[in-house]
Amino acid sequence: MDDYGHIPKEKLRFAERSENRMQSETKRASRGYFADALIRFRKNKSSVAAAVIITLLIIYAVLAPMISPYTITDKDSVYINFPPYTEATSAIGFMDGGVSRESQNETQLAYLHAIGKETGMDPVIRIIDEDVSVTNFRGEETRSVTYKIKVNKYYEVGVVMRVMTPAEFRDILEYQNETGVQVIYPYVSREKVGANVSSSNIWYCVSDSKGTPIYDENGELIPAYSSDKSAEGMEYNSIRIAGDDGSYIYSQKKGGAVECRVCYYNYYRYLNGRTPMYILGTNSLGQDLFSAIGIGARFSLLFALAVSLINLTIGAIYGAIQGYYGGTVDLVLDRIADILSGMPFIVVATLFSLHLAQRVGTVVSFLFAFVLTGWISMAALTRKQFYRYKGREFVLAARTLGASDKRLMFAHIFPNSLGTLVTGCALVIPSVIISETTLTYLGIINLTEFVGTSLGTLMSQGQTSMTTSPHAMLFPALYFSLLLISFNLFGNGLRDAFNPQSRGVGD
Amino acid sequence: MVKYIIERILLMLLTLLIITGICFVLVRMLPPAELAPGDIHTEVIEARREAQGYNKPYLVQFGIFLKNVLTRWDFGISDKLYIGQEVSAIFADKLPVTIIVNLYSILFSIPIGIGLGILAAVRKNSLTDHTISTLTMVGISVPSFVYAFLIQYFLSYKLGLLPFLMKSGTDYFSPEMFVSMLPAILSLSLGVIANFTRTTRAELSEVLTSDFMLLARAKGLTRTQAAIRHALKNSMVVVLPAILGNFVAILSGSLIIERIFAIPGVGNLYINSINGRDLPMFMMLTVFYTAVGLIASIVVDISYGFIDPRIRIGSRK
Repeated sequence: MDDYGHIPKEKLRFAERSENRMQSETKRASRGYFADALIRFRKNKSSVAAAVIITLLIIYAVLAPMISPYTITDKDSVYINFPPYTEATSAIGFMDGGVSRESQNETQLAYLHAIGKETGMDPVIRIIDEDVSVTNFRGEETRSVTYKIKVNKYYEVGVVMRVMTPAEFRDILEYQNETGVQVIYPYVSREKVGANVSSSNIWYCVSDSKGTPIYDENGELIPAYSSDKSAEGMEYNSIRIAGDDGSYIYSQKKGGAVECRVCYYNYYRYLNGRTPMYILGTNSLGQDLFSAIGIGARFSLLFALAVSLINLTIGAIYGAIQGYYGGTVDLVLDRIADILSGMPFIVVATLFSLHLAQRVGTVVSFLFAFVLTGWISMAALTRKQFYRYKGREFVLAARTLGASDKRLMFAHIFPNSLGTLVTGCALVIPSVIISETTLTYLGIINLTEFVGTSLGTLMSQGQTSMTTSPHAMLFPALYFSLLLISFNLFGNGLRDAFNPQSRGVGD
Repeated sequence: MVKYIIERILLMLLTLLIITGICFVLVRMLPPAELAPGDIHTEVIEARREAQGYNKPYLVQFGIFLKNVLTRWDFGISDKLYIGQEVSAIFADKLPVTIIVNLYSILFSIPIGIGLGILAAVRKNSLTDHTISTLTMVGISVPSFVYAFLIQYFLSYKLGLLPFLMKSGTDYFSPEMFVSMLPAILSLSLGVIANFTRTTRAELSEVLTSDFMLLARAKGLTRTQAAIRHALKNSMVVVLPAILGNFVAILSGSLIIERIFAIPGVGNLYINSINGRDLPMFMMLTVFYTAVGLIASIVVDISYGFIDPRIRIGSRK
C-alpha cells in the first residue's frame, strides 16, 4: 500500500455534494407510445428488411412505367412472349434474348446461320451441346448430329414478308438512306429456291421441302434472289446488299400495294426509332413486362391502400359504437355484421360486378365489394379494445368532468386502440392484394379496360405459355410473392411493436 | 352445451336464410338467359320458369324457390351451360372430385404441419426454428397459384415426374388418378401446412413457458416427453378447431387450383357459371358456398366449446 499521508492539504478538495447532479443524469424526455413502438420496430431486423423491400417495390411500381420506353398500349405483333433483351447488355451475354433449343439438326442449324449471313445478326449465340449418333442402315453408316443451341429469339425472327403502301415503302427507303440500316432485303424467286419452302427466311437454293441447303464449290450458300424486273413492285434506289450487282428486285406487286421482305429487327428500329428494349421480356400480348408489372402493381397497391383506409374508417366507427354502448345496440349490430360476414367474398364480388359494373364502372363496383365485408374485422378489433378500456379510471374521470359520449369515444378510448388498428390495416393490405389478384387471374373481374393490365391478368397470361416462355409468369409472380411476403413480415413487425405483450404469437 | 349448440345452429340457419334471400333477389334482378327459339329445351325451360314464378314479385319467387328446395331439393334447371339439365344433379356430379382432392391435401398437410410446428416450438430460437418460421412465412404469404406454376414448371415440365393436368374419367381411386391429382394436392397443401405449422408453433411455445411445464420437468420428464404429453394436449385447444374448420372448408375447393389443373370440380363449375351467366347454377353454388362457410365457422365454435369449457361459459353473456 502506498502511503498517501504526505499529500499536501491544498491539493485535496471535498467531493461534490450537490444532489441534483445525480438527478440530472437520469432525467430524460418521456417517450410516447408511438416513439416506443418505433424503437421496438427498429429492433426487429426482418421487419425492417421487409419495410425496405416494400419501399423498393413501390419505387419500382412508380418508376418502371415512366422509365420504360413502352406504354401499356404498345403491343408488338411479332415479339410475343419473348425473353428479356436489350441491345447494350446482349453484348456481354446478359439479357440477350436467348432461349435454348433442343435437338436441332444440321438443316436447322444451317437455317439459323443463314439468317445471320443475310441480315448480319446471327441468331446462334452458342452451341451448348452436340450429340452424335451413328446408325447402321444396310451396311451403310450414317452420322447424324443433333445440337442444343442457345438462340437469340429476336434475331431468329429474321426476315418477314410485309405488304405495305407505296408511301410507306418510300419512307423506309428514305430511312435506309439516312441511317444506312438495311430494312428491306431482295425479293426471293420461288423458282430459283428450287423447292416449296414456306419460310420467308430462305434466300438460298435448297434441295428439298425441308430446306436442306445446296452449297457451291466453296461451301457457300447460293443466293436465290429474284432479278425479274417485270414483277418489281416499286423502283428501288437505296442501299443494296453485298453481292448485288444492281439486278436484284426488292419488292413485288401486290394489288395496289407492294410486298417485300423486311428484316423485322431493323423494321422495328424504323417503326420505333430504337432497338427493342424489353428488360423483363414481353408477354402474350406483346406488351413490355417491365412496365406492365409496374402498372399492375400501382393499381394493386393504391387499391389495397384505399380499401384498407375505408375499411378502417367504417370499422372504427362501427366498432366504437358497438363497444361503447354495448347491450342491445351491440347485439343488433353484431347480428348485422354476422350476416354480412357470412356472405362468401367471391359471391359478393361477382354480384357487384354483375349489377354495378356497367353503372358505376368496374373499379368502383370492385371497391364496393371489398368494403361491404372488409370492415367487419376492423370493427371487431375496435370493439374489443373499447370493451377493454371503457371501464378504466381515466374514462370515468373524463365522464365525471362532463365529457360527451362522442368525446369519450374518440378522444379518450379510441387512441388506445389505434395501435391495434394500424397493425390490422397493414395485414389487410396483403389480403386485399391476394383477393384482387385472384379475381383478375380468374377473369371474374376484368380491369384491362380501366388500368391496362393487372398482376392477376399478367400471371394468367403467363400461365398459358408457361413451358415455352416461363419468364412471362416468373417475373409477375416474383414481384407479387415478394410484395406479399414483405407486407406480412412488415405487418407482423408492426403488431409486435405496438402490442409487446402479444409478441411471438403467430409469427 | 346442448342448448348452446342448438342456439348456434338456429342462428346459423337464420343467417343462411337471410343471405340466400338477399342473393336470390340480386340474382333474379338480372335478366335471365336468352333462349334459342326453336330449340327443344326452350319450351321446357320456359315452362319451368313459369312454374318458378318469374314475372311475379321477388318475395313470391323466393317463396317458391324455398318450397322447391326444401320439399324436392329442386334448384331449377340449367339454362346456359348444361341446357335443360337439373342443376342439383350436375352439382352432385362435380362435388366428389373436389372433396377427394382437398381431402388428400388436408390429410397430407396435418401430420407435416403439426410435426413442423412441434419441432419449431420445442427448439425455439434455434436455427431449426428460424428456418421453419421463415418458410412458414413464405408459405402463408404466397398464394397457391404461384406454387401451381412452380410445380407445373419444375416437376411436370422440366423433370417430367408428374402430369400437367388431372386425368379425365371417374375412377377417382385408381393409382393413375392419384398421380394425376398430385400436382394439385401439392399446390393446395403448401399453404395449409404453413398455416398448421404457424398455429401449432404459436400455441405450443406459449404453453411450454407455463408453470405446469416446469413441474413436469421437475418431476423428471425430458423436454420432449413433457412437450408431447402435457403441452401438446393443451395447445390442441386452438389447433384442433382449426383443423375441423379446414375439413369443412375443403368442400368449397379452390377456384384457381381447379382451373389450372383442369379438375372438373365445384370451383370450376362456379367460374363457368359466372362466365357463362348460368344464373340457376350460380344461385345454387351461392347457397352452397354460404352454407359451407357458415358451417365451418359453427364447427369451429362448437368444437372450442367442447374442448375448452371456459369458452362455453363465456357465451352466456
